Amino acid sequence: MKQFLIFVKKEWLHIWRDRRTLFILLFMPVIQIVLYGFALTNEVKNSKVAIFDQSKDEATTVISNEIAASRYFNLVKNVYSYKDIEATFRKGEIRMAIVFPAGFRYDLLHSNHAQIQLIADASDPNTANTLTNYASSIINDYQQTLHPTEDLPYTIKTQVRMLYNPELKGAYNFVPGVMALVLMLVCAMMTSIAIVKEKEMGTMEVILVSPLRPFRIIIAKTIPYLLVSMLNITSILLLSVYALDVPIVGNLWLLIAESILFTITSLSVGILISNSAKTQQTAMFTSMMSLFLPTLLFAGFMFPIENMPIPLQIISNIVPAKWYFIIVKDVMIKGLGFTAVWKETLILISMTAALLGISIYKFKIRLA
Amino acid sequence: MEKEKVITAKDLTKRFGDFTAVDKITFDVTKGEIFGFIGANGAGKTTAMRMLCGLSLPTSGEATVAGFDVYKQNEQIKKNIGYMSQRFSLYEDLTIRENIRFYAGIYGLADELIKEKTALLLKQLHMEGQENTLVRAMPLGWRQKLAFSIAIVHDPAIVFLDEPTGGVDPITRREFWGLIYEASEKGITIFVTTHYMDEAEYCNRVSIMVDGRIDALDSPANLMTQYASASMDGVFLQLARKAVRTGD
Amino acid sequence: MALNGISFAVEKGEIFGIIGPDGAGKTSLFRILTTLLLADSGSASVDGFNVVKDYKQIRNHVGYMPGRFSLYQDLSVQENLEFFATIFNTSIQENYDLVKEIYQQIEPFKTRKAGQLSGGMKQKLALCCALIHKPSVLFLDEPTTGVDAVSRKEFWEMLFRLKAQGITILVSTPYMDEASLCDRVALIQKGSLLSINTPTSIIREFKKPLWSVRADEMFKLMNELKNDPLIESCYPFGQVHHVVFKTQANSKEKLEHLTKQGNYNHVEVKPIEPGIEDCFMALMKE
Repeated sequence: MKQFLIFVKKEWLHIWRDRRTLFILLFMPVIQIVLYGFALTNEVKNSKVAIFDQSKDEATTVISNEIAASRYFNLVKNVYSYKDIEATFRKGEIRMAIVFPAGFRYDLLHSNHAQIQLIADASDPNTANTLTNYASSIINDYQQTLHPTEDLPYTIKTQVRMLYNPELKGAYNFVPGVMALVLMLVCAMMTSIAIVKEKEMGTMEVILVSPLRPFRIIIAKTIPYLLVSMLNITSILLLSVYALDVPIVGNLWLLIAESILFTITSLSVGILISNSAKTQQTAMFTSMMSLFLPTLLFAGFMFPIENMPIPLQIISNIVPAKWYFIIVKDVMIKGLGFTAVWKETLILISMTAALLGISIYKFKIRLA
Repeated sequence: MEKEKVITAKDLTKRFGDFTAVDKITFDVTKGEIFGFIGANGAGKTTAMRMLCGLSLPTSGEATVAGFDVYKQNEQIKKNIGYMSQRFSLYEDLTIRENIRFYAGIYGLADELIKEKTALLLKQLHMEGQENTLVRAMPLGWRQKLAFSIAIVHDPAIVFLDEPTGGVDPITRREFWGLIYEASEKGITIFVTTHYMDEAEYCNRVSIMVDGRIDALDSPANLMTQYASASMDGVFLQLARKAVRTGD
Repeated sequence: MALNGISFAVEKGEIFGIIGPDGAGKTSLFRILTTLLLADSGSASVDGFNVVKDYKQIRNHVGYMPGRFSLYQDLSVQENLEFFATIFNTSIQENYDLVKEIYQQIEPFKTRKAGQLSGGMKQKLALCCALIHKPSVLFLDEPTTGVDAVSRKEFWEMLFRLKAQGITILVSTPYMDEASLCDRVALIQKGSLLSINTPTSIIREFKKPLWSVRADEMFKLMNELKNDPLIESCYPFGQVHHVVFKTQANSKEKLEHLTKQGNYNHVEVKPIEPGIEDCFMALMKE
């Protein structure tokens, strides 16, 4: 046990003394979250919209005024045909158009359902999504004011049409996405580099000719990074709740437990990479190629997996980040409990067990 | 007859903060001379050599190399010297021919001349027909000999050799010194550092650095008489034992 | 091929030198004996343990100092020593006596990071770390390469003191002059053993008379002697050339004749005792 603890201590000293890397490790997630968050809030302020009002009644006027008054929108023009909308989009004058069909108020009061169409420029999916969400909530507010006490006998059905990217994902995608990305990179890249560094510096040679067993070396190497990752999880969650207003709807402890599980998965990936890499450069490159891009592509927060060709969809299943992303979204955003994510959890557990098993089995007890 | 001076140094000094790495060293090296530059680890050899190669500016003092001033004309110096070190000299993933081409190209040799030099060099080293071998595949001793020949491919006035023979077998080491003598006969000045004290005895003159100063400078024979020792090893031990400094 | 059919035995408590140039296979040999590499064929045991089957026991009992400085550069002197003591299930206090003499020399710098030590001090620290668990066999792979003559001398003095404490030491070196400091040496070249014996016996095996020749024109002299059909070898050794004849009859006369004929100044010819380096070169040629 003492052997083990001194190894952990030594490993911690490596991290602690390399301040620059430690700084990057701790601030990379913060910077990423802030960057995404800043970009997001900046984009939706005063977004230019056009209104195509075919009804021009009391209801549409109120809603139009609400939209024009909102700090999120800037009503730049009224248009008078679908063709006009298309043209205005193409000129880049607007990011969203709101279409009221003829007889809106009549439909609302008499047939109990009225329709509004929101047409958004989804070439920037996050913005488009946010805009339609804001517009929808303004419309809902209007509904509430019509019948504050009642159970809404009349419903306005907002029909959202996403241009250019019809399968747009939810607005808070990036928080779970960045969590998956950051944890994967920090844990996998850093552990693989940490182990390969010992090979490169020749210290592995001395360590091997000692009573230390591979299992202990591996576990001891990963513990400090597990701690660093926990700090990262904390900072990401704090930032998303307090700076970005992304609430944690579900159980916090479940979320943390799942994050630790994913961290261990990532650490195992790192150890596996270190087994085959000979230099720190190779380790870094392998991590980048085999983790960063697949995580970005296949976790589902940048590009919808459902739209990918079948082979890619199949490949996406072996990317651990995909499952973690689903779990975080379900627990954090949707507020679901363990019953909803037990399958994904089980997948992650089996992946971790397999990875860890292979890494320890393959861990070279000799050189070359 | 006064021989032409190729290196002159007068009170050459280099300080890093309050640490004086090289402390007022003064010496001359004449044309074609084999000049041994000996010292313990950390005595200041590397720093002194860097200043002479134009890689590092002296703090004070004067020095000229191949007639050029180390303060102002380091670009000209670099054109007129060759450099070889045990640690880095050749690209292992290039062939012999590609290495020669590359280094000769750096010094701006004409294509015709490079061709001529390549043929000559291969003949000298008895490596004809092997010009397309990767350097990686050659034994260490051959690599070192090749590296030396490449370091003088542009006929420099001086060649600086930084521990050129480390780890080489005794026969190859002697063959290497054969090349050094040949170069010296052609008028190339040799400035060499080594940890092998018997190699120090091959030099025309040897300077021994202790704590940044040159404590002894003479021919090996004179040094051995002066310090009443049968070998340079004994001379060196007497001098280096006085060292106070232990840093690298 | 790094090693080719090598057989030897090292006695308990001796300093056994593996002498040979870079690329001779010294490091591969050390790695096989310290269980870091598997041999393609053949077997080896260290301290009674088989290097393949009982690698765990061997790893508990030997001390290994690789050729390259292999300590944690970002840890201090003390942290390094403490780390190595602990992973070998011991403590600095427990075996302090063994490393005391060496450690005292670096103790003033114990809070300094290992990466900032000078070459000589790094080497002392590495030796301390390899010794701290009181190994029965110590493997030192080229401990003196790139180290100046003074530090090399000091290092060997340390090895003698360790030997006195009963530790078996295997040391490799490219410096031929260090061979005479070992109890027995194995000369190795291109993966094969040239000879194993005590340094004095190796020298005794050099049967042919050896001549030392000097003159003012050393380079010219060497070229002429080398190309002479009567002469087997001529190698420069510091201020003189060492010469061996193919046939021994009248060699002194032949040599004097040769040197006088060539118009050399201050010619000096005398018979000398061969050194390990002479033997090594003679064996290399065979």
